[in-house]
Amino acid sequence: MAELREILEKLSNEIGPSGHEKAVRAAIRMEIESLVDRIEVDALGNLLAFKAGTGPEPRLKVMVSAHMDEIGFMVLQVEKGGTLRFGAVGGLNARMLIAKRVLIGDDRLPGVIGMAPPHLTSAEQRERVLDVDDLSIDVGAENDKGVDSKVKVGDYGTFATRFAVLSADLAWPTVRGKAFDDRAGCTALIGLLAERYPVDLYAVFTVQEEVGLRGARVAAYRIEPDAAIALEGTVCDDTPKAPDEDVSPVTRLGAGPAITLMDRSMITHPGMLRLLRATAEAEQIATQYKQPALGGTDSGAIHMSRGGVPSITVAVPCRYIHSPASILNLNDLANTVKLVGAALQRIDRSYLMRNA
Amino acid sequence: MLELAKRLTEAFGISGFEEEIRAAIREEIAGTVDDVRVDALGNLVAFRRGTGGGKRVMLAAHMDQIGLMVTYIDEKGYMRFAPVGGIFPLTCWGTQVRFGDGTVGTVGLDGRAKRSEAPALKDMFIDVGVSSRTDVKQKVGDVATFIYPFVAQGNAWFASNHDDRVGCIVLAQLLRELKGAPISHDLYAVFTTQEEVGLRGATTSAYAIDPEIGIALDVTLTGDLPYATPAMEVAMGKGVAIKVQDGGMISHTGLNKLLIAAAEGAGIPYQLEVLLGGTTDARSMQVTRAGVPATCLSIPSRHVHTPSQLVDRRDVEGAVALLKAFLGGAISL
Repeated sequence: MAELREILEKLSNEIGPSGHEKAVRAAIRMEIESLVDRIEVDALGNLLAFKAGTGPEPRLKVMVSAHMDEIGFMVLQVEKGGTLRFGAVGGLNARMLIAKRVLIGDDRLPGVIGMAPPHLTSAEQRERVLDVDDLSIDVGAENDKGVDSKVKVGDYGTFATRFAVLSADLAWPTVRGKAFDDRAGCTALIGLLAERYPVDLYAVFTVQEEVGLRGARVAAYRIEPDAAIALEGTVCDDTPKAPDEDVSPVTRLGAGPAITLMDRSMITHPGMLRLLRATAEAEQIATQYKQPALGGTDSGAIHMSRGGVPSITVAVPCRYIHSPASILNLNDLANTVKLVGAALQRIDRSYLMRNA
Repeated sequence: MLELAKRLTEAFGISGFEEEIRAAIREEIAGTVDDVRVDALGNLVAFRRGTGGGKRVMLAAHMDQIGLMVTYIDEKGYMRFAPVGGIFPLTCWGTQVRFGDGTVGTVGLDGRAKRSEAPALKDMFIDVGVSSRTDVKQKVGDVATFIYPFVAQGNAWFASNHDDRVGCIVLAQLLRELKGAPISHDLYAVFTTQEEVGLRGATTSAYAIDPEIGIALDVTLTGDLPYATPAMEVAMGKGVAIKVQDGGMISHTGLNKLLIAAAEGAGIPYQLEVLLGGTTDARSMQVTRAGVPATCLSIPSRHVHTPSQLVDRRDVEGAVALLKAFLGGAISL
């Protein structure tokens, strides 16, 4: 199997906004085909890979998931002049869009989200944050006729950012790329498939997380897991702040896998928390807790599937998620694989119980 | 019922952290049902087998209440927190809170907040009376609850969490009073979890039980306060409220008719409730699987989601009596 860095590079460079995960799915399928017993793709486009366990029957069914989709946009209208109006897919903030390079559609047509140069803008205009509605994408066409054959309404796209290694220092190996939320999780999940575990493993690469946990919901319904772990790329805000800011960072880069206690979508099952705490301690893996109450993940949908599923989320801290370029520390990624892999070796029914 | 009310309103139980209240209820209903189990989300599912020929009825009251979760502990030992469920920031400053291990704290307001303006939660912190982080036993992720004692004064019951301990009191009392009574229906009395963060426990327990009838027991707001906005008919002390509609559900009209008939037949005062915002576990029962006839019996409560909530004892007793009358008959919709 390729190194985690190579896999992350490949997946980060693929284009796959919610609902258009085909290229990411194909890339993942190539990586895992030889590592699993069975693969299927369901109606929503989730990639479900099964790897039978080595333990005695009946074996626990554990679903480990990561979402393939990323935030992006959809073309809404081709304007007369050939520029494209677009709408956000997932949590796209207009502040980060101006002057960014993008790729559109199956043919990856390059474009730029245009803006007027300083020469042509008033002081007032320069101060105002533009809305997505105010922006358009320029693909360099002469007019709408020039665009006709290349882009249609409903075509999707996202940022054109290419992956790069920023620091090769083994103690602080950082990389840059787009869509680390959640290609980091996808990479970790592929990494986990190198091993076989006592439990039956359902590795699910989900779709449409960014628009409402849609893929995970139906995948969990189909699998009916006994327990579930979602792998994520999560908010990291450890960069310097105003000195009087009396709050903690959500997560810190290089401080290890971030475990969710509570977010907007789930309050973590105490047994699953016990499992990860025990595993981290036994394996001497440094972990951190994501600051409670922020965000939501596929676990939010999975833990409420059917009669309920003990679930937890483990994430790789990523600076600047939901932007054209994120930064993560590869040691956090490797330790996420190590932690969750060891947890899959350790998990048994005792971790699925609550106190009476 | 007074002792039951005191015990259930003083037991610890924030959304996701319902161990103590679950154990208390389990003890209080011991011997009244055929089976008790705890599911993946922590719901306490008590099953009472019927004499046959009746329906599979799910009654749900949520054990959890809103609270505060520690997000950060500073060098001096002050703890920043996030809300668990719908906390009004206005109600927090100066309140006394308790953690699961018994540690008591006061909610303080930091110097950034103007005293003349409504405070925000981010400007508040929990002070457990120490001067250094090393003296704090709490960890990030620990939860705290408001600690106001249960008080009975005239017909009024005061507690910090009638939403929805009063529903739990009704349901536990119902199970006690039904002991030995010949009821045809199979009853699933579910003390649910995580209602305050999105009806989560009821969603999974309703799926698992697959009920034919669903009735939630919860509080509702009242229109009997000064300048009540929006206008609302329901008043405390005027009887159990039968929900017609709320922000998340329109009750099954046939089921409501049966409840009204049962109330009138037994001479139990009732009110009809139209609540503009909010919803209850009844919603998640109604939309589980292929859909379930569902409604909610509400106990009118003043000051819901504040640290000091009121209900009227007579409304609580009325809810128990109405459920007994209703369950004693056939349910044909």
